[in-house]
Amino acid sequence: MVPSSYYLVLSAVLFGLGVVAFMFKRNIITIFMSIELMLNAVNLAFVTFSRHLGNLNGQVFVFFVIVVAAAEAAVGLAIIILIAKHRQSLNVERVDLLKL
Amino acid sequence: MFPPIQDMYRMAPELVACFFGMLIMVVDPFVPRERKDISANLGVLGSLAALASILLMVRHPGEGMYGLLVVDSFSVFLHLIIFAAAALVILASDEYLKREGILQGEFYALVLFATCGMGIMTSATELMTVFVGLEISSIASYILACYRRATPKSHESAMKYFLLGSFATAFFLYGVAMVYGATGSTSLLAIRTVVAHSAGNQVLLTLGFGMLFVGMAFKIATAPFQIWTPDVYEGAPTPVTALLASGPKAAAFAVLLRIVFTAFGDASSTWFWIVWASAALTMVVGNFAAVVQSNIKRMLAYSSIAHAGYLLVAVAAAGAAGENSDAGIAAVLFYLVAYALMKLGAFTIVSHLGGSGEQRLAIDDYAGLSTKQPLTALCLSLFLLSLLGLPLTAGFLGKLYIFQAALDARLIWLVVIMAVTTVVGAFYYLRVIWVMYFREAQQEWTPVPVTPGVASVMLITAVGILTLFFAPGPLLAFAVRSAAALR
Repeated sequence: MVPSSYYLVLSAVLFGLGVVAFMFKRNIITIFMSIELMLNAVNLAFVTFSRHLGNLNGQVFVFFVIVVAAAEAAVGLAIIILIAKHRQSLNVERVDLLKL
Repeated sequence: MFPPIQDMYRMAPELVACFFGMLIMVVDPFVPRERKDISANLGVLGSLAALASILLMVRHPGEGMYGLLVVDSFSVFLHLIIFAAAALVILASDEYLKREGILQGEFYALVLFATCGMGIMTSATELMTVFVGLEISSIASYILACYRRATPKSHESAMKYFLLGSFATAFFLYGVAMVYGATGSTSLLAIRTVVAHSAGNQVLLTLGFGMLFVGMAFKIATAPFQIWTPDVYEGAPTPVTALLASGPKAAAFAVLLRIVFTAFGDASSTWFWIVWASAALTMVVGNFAAVVQSNIKRMLAYSSIAHAGYLLVAVAAAGAAGENSDAGIAAVLFYLVAYALMKLGAFTIVSHLGGSGEQRLAIDDYAGLSTKQPLTALCLSLFLLSLLGLPLTAGFLGKLYIFQAALDARLIWLVVIMAVTTVVGAFYYLRVIWVMYFREAQQEWTPVPVTPGVASVMLITAVGILTLFFAPGPLLAFAVRSAAALR
């Protein structure tokens, strides 16, 4: 059987990749996907802990995360479509009416 | 397995808000365009009904929904802030929505849904419930930030809020997963037991706390996680900005207080320095960045960052005080009420004076306001003086309680930083007042007359700020009682 720690390391790596992609990618859709990657890393961690602890709660939480991520995706994609329509571009650097 | 009826009473405000939200969504498509007032009235009615149903909740204290929520004086206190803030926002938004031509039922429904989520956050005693409440309120707020659909600035604000908000949520969730891994539970009381016995994997627990703190720090806009705030506050429709500045902040502070004092109360040495550093940095960044702003919404956004820093000072003070944490927590709660009143008042006036398409947002546009609308100028001055913390206002007492708590906990450096940055704050708050009273208007303009909705919000917030200064006793006693509920 594969030890739990392997899954935890994988989850941490996926989460880290998500954070890095969020910071360095310039396309809004890619940034959005990196958030989904982070959420899936969280799901993996939940399932691993659930198996490790012998407690099913963690697997139930995964369903919550999936449902909420779907709701978030619906709203997020709608916002991204508005941006794409108005600017003909998905590059975040072109979205700069509000100075940072 | 249907929860008992008492549990329905325990979450009455949320259920009423949701009910009216859904009712508006169903009714609105059948309301003809020129009669959208019907939806608006339903919105006002819904928010007032939700506020009134807190009375039902008060009469059924204790744990509900199989230990997922609790009704104690702490959750009642925060429900009052959040639902009152939503009612005031709905009351004042009428004028803005009509002027911008976006008066539709969804606005009211979304505000009610967002409020429902914030309510769940404040009474949750379990981290997954916090997460669900957080997301209900966030998703509704993303749509609200985008509510001026024809304005690119509004899209940009919504996009930044959405991306950074979801990013923060992912951190929060990873923190939940780690805490679950270390303790085998997500219930705050169960976590407390594990922490008290120093059981569980300490590395996981500390990392998990750090992640939870990052997630919350995004929501309450503390440095270094505050970058989204000015952009989102500037681009969002001003009534939505008023809601974002008051409600979610109070709800996120409630979650933060429950996590640090209920779950990690016995490990204050782990989190004390994190909160300390964040408080100091936030006060400095917020106040100094606000000085250079020329747009009043951005200025108020940075001022709200600075206020998050002041609130964190009180959290740090409560953490350092150990057993006597009540004074610090009560200071946070008192300040949250004062802060919600002043921000709601200030943003309502900004929304009223913004003009069609929010064209008049520069501080210089306020020149000569004292002669054109003396009462509006007077109210705005009161709110700004309260934000600054001058006597005769609630902001003064709020700051005083924080100073007191911090001095009792011997946090001298934080007190010094807070005093210095408050003086810096005087510069940008007084500048607006100076422009309103002593500078002639550059071009001819007449502000639109004040509508009853806006006038009543201005009146309620102004009277509230003055009342809290002259008779703070009852609210402070309530805050102290609520603070005790956290232990």
